[in-house]
Amino acid sequence: MTTTSALKDLSQDDAIMMLRNMIRIRRFEEKLSVLFKRGKLPGFVHLYTGEEAIAVGACSALRTDDRITSTHRGHGHLIAKGARVDRMMAELFGRVDGYCRGKGGSMHIVSFELGIIGTNGIVGGGIPIGTGSAWADRHLGRDNVTIVFFGDGASNQGVFFESMNIASVWGLPVIFVCENNGYTEWTPTSELTAGNIVDRAAPMGIPGEAVDGNDVVAMRFAVERAVERARKGEGPTLIEAKSYRWNGHNEGEEAFAGAYRPDEEQAAWRERDPILTFGERLVENEWLSRDEWAAIDSDEQAQIEAAVEFAENSPFPDAEEALDHLFAPSKERA
Amino acid sequence: MAAKTVTEERNVYFIEAMREGLRAMLGEDENVVIIGEDVGRSVIGATRGLVDDFGPMRVRNTPISEATFVGMCVGAAAVGLRPVVDLMVGSFFYVAMDQLADQAAKLRYMSGGQVNLPIVYFTATGPSGSAAAQHSENPHPMLMNVAGLKIVMPSTPYDAKGLMVSAIRDDNPVVYLQDFVLGGVRGPVPEETYSIPLGVGDIKRAGKDVTVVAIGAAVPKALRVANKLEAEGISVEVVDPRTLVPLDMDLILESVARTGRLVVVDNARLTCSAASEIVASVSEKGFDLLKAAPQRVAWENVPVPFSPPLEERALISDSDIDSAIRLTLA
Repeated sequence: MTTTSALKDLSQDDAIMMLRNMIRIRRFEEKLSVLFKRGKLPGFVHLYTGEEAIAVGACSALRTDDRITSTHRGHGHLIAKGARVDRMMAELFGRVDGYCRGKGGSMHIVSFELGIIGTNGIVGGGIPIGTGSAWADRHLGRDNVTIVFFGDGASNQGVFFESMNIASVWGLPVIFVCENNGYTEWTPTSELTAGNIVDRAAPMGIPGEAVDGNDVVAMRFAVERAVERARKGEGPTLIEAKSYRWNGHNEGEEAFAGAYRPDEEQAAWRERDPILTFGERLVENEWLSRDEWAAIDSDEQAQIEAAVEFAENSPFPDAEEALDHLFAPSKERA
Repeated sequence: MAAKTVTEERNVYFIEAMREGLRAMLGEDENVVIIGEDVGRSVIGATRGLVDDFGPMRVRNTPISEATFVGMCVGAAAVGLRPVVDLMVGSFFYVAMDQLADQAAKLRYMSGGQVNLPIVYFTATGPSGSAAAQHSENPHPMLMNVAGLKIVMPSTPYDAKGLMVSAIRDDNPVVYLQDFVLGGVRGPVPEETYSIPLGVGDIKRAGKDVTVVAIGAAVPKALRVANKLEAEGISVEVVDPRTLVPLDMDLILESVARTGRLVVVDNARLTCSAASEIVASVSEKGFDLLKAAPQRVAWENVPVPFSPPLEERALISDSDIDSAIRLTLA
């Protein structure tokens, strides 16, 4: 596993932007946790706190026209790929200014203009879809790549093995990024999963790399190497990013799940906060003062508050929209 | 009719008519690609020979991974391809059900209409004679309930070609079901490319006493029974909806308005069949048009058995259709 990373290979601007994006994700998720407890959100949410370095490191290696597919725990991927927090918040409130006009909610946010082919409510559901966008890009002679984000739980779905296989034999520009946060819903992944997930790459004939998912720089460069190979037509890569989710599988789980994670384990991972760790490195490197760091944080908090206001002021869609958007209008051709 | 003497009428097998539609669309739009298991050699036949003209990248063999290649089309269509998938056998849809029903059918709707997904999933389907339970399914009733999939089920070579063209040009996921037993049926098919709009049914035989709505391979059965009953002075109108989503209810109701009697013949299990849907809709919207209780002719609610007498018992026969028609006239 890559445990050290070279800050010097990043530009200062990139590094600060990455810190900012991680903070934005953290503050967004923390706000959702509060809003959920207050009963402000329809439905339920799966939060990404603690795993911010994976999405931000990975997406910082992408171009805007590259693509991602994401998971039920997808808010971090969306923000890292450039989604606006106000439109995300509006979607989570079921409002018309949401990315999907309130049709999708937390698990189905899609923005094609940002290359976000979708978060997904089915564990593993996005894996074939991202493999397919990579197929199309390769077929059409483009050099775009796709990152498929999925969790340790999804690594036991059949489509994961099938997709790695076809991506390998077709040489597709796809990067499979497995976020191993240690728990398959409420059960330790070690009880359910044979071997190491990263080792599933070798029998498919593709490179596999395990990365410290709490180290945003390590994530950035692991994904950058995979992206470079993919763009050159050298095929897919599997990356296993090891991390931990601070919140539960979903908010409100304490009502039914009980205590299933040891306190010491949770405390140990919080000690390894990916944002604090990275921020301290930037301070040590004299790329950022503590005041500047605090200013970024308060700016992001203000943006999240503004996003909530935006969402609350956005109207619900007209109820008749429930009947729209099923099919594209047919167009007659000669 | 004089103009027809200029060229001999082309008689073409159903499976060739499908292939003509596929070939025309591969030629018309370079973003059209066909994938599936053994589409190069094409055991069933719809894609046979196309790889020679369009190459192995546009007619591409996949591993036996239905869930994945059905789902790959969603991502591929979202970024610009127009994938056409040969599933080979109708039951294989069940292997890919999440990617079909949760992903392909829902992504456009869930995204608030952000994306079009021009995908065709075609397959041979339905009983073909002792193919047994896992190779005889007709999945259209289940798929009609998904919402987000158009469903095409042609009954003639002419419709097979025109509907294939429309299915591939359509900007939505379309399931195209070719009844196995129709593959070797011949009929007139123009050489040029033409399209038949999705959602427009066709009266295959005009009549005045009873409307028989028949779907896919049930159409030739219904026509055979109708011709037999003609000798007894019973005039049967055979309506072929051709597509089940969208469903041409106007045509069906117009026909029932003329005849006052309805039988629906569906090559699928009775429960929640297309026949059930059509009978329910006619009962709701056209109750006053009916002179007799509408009848459904469909399979018994069992998997399709292997042994010939068992299979015959479970599926629909000409005499089932005959009896249902007579029941509406009693």
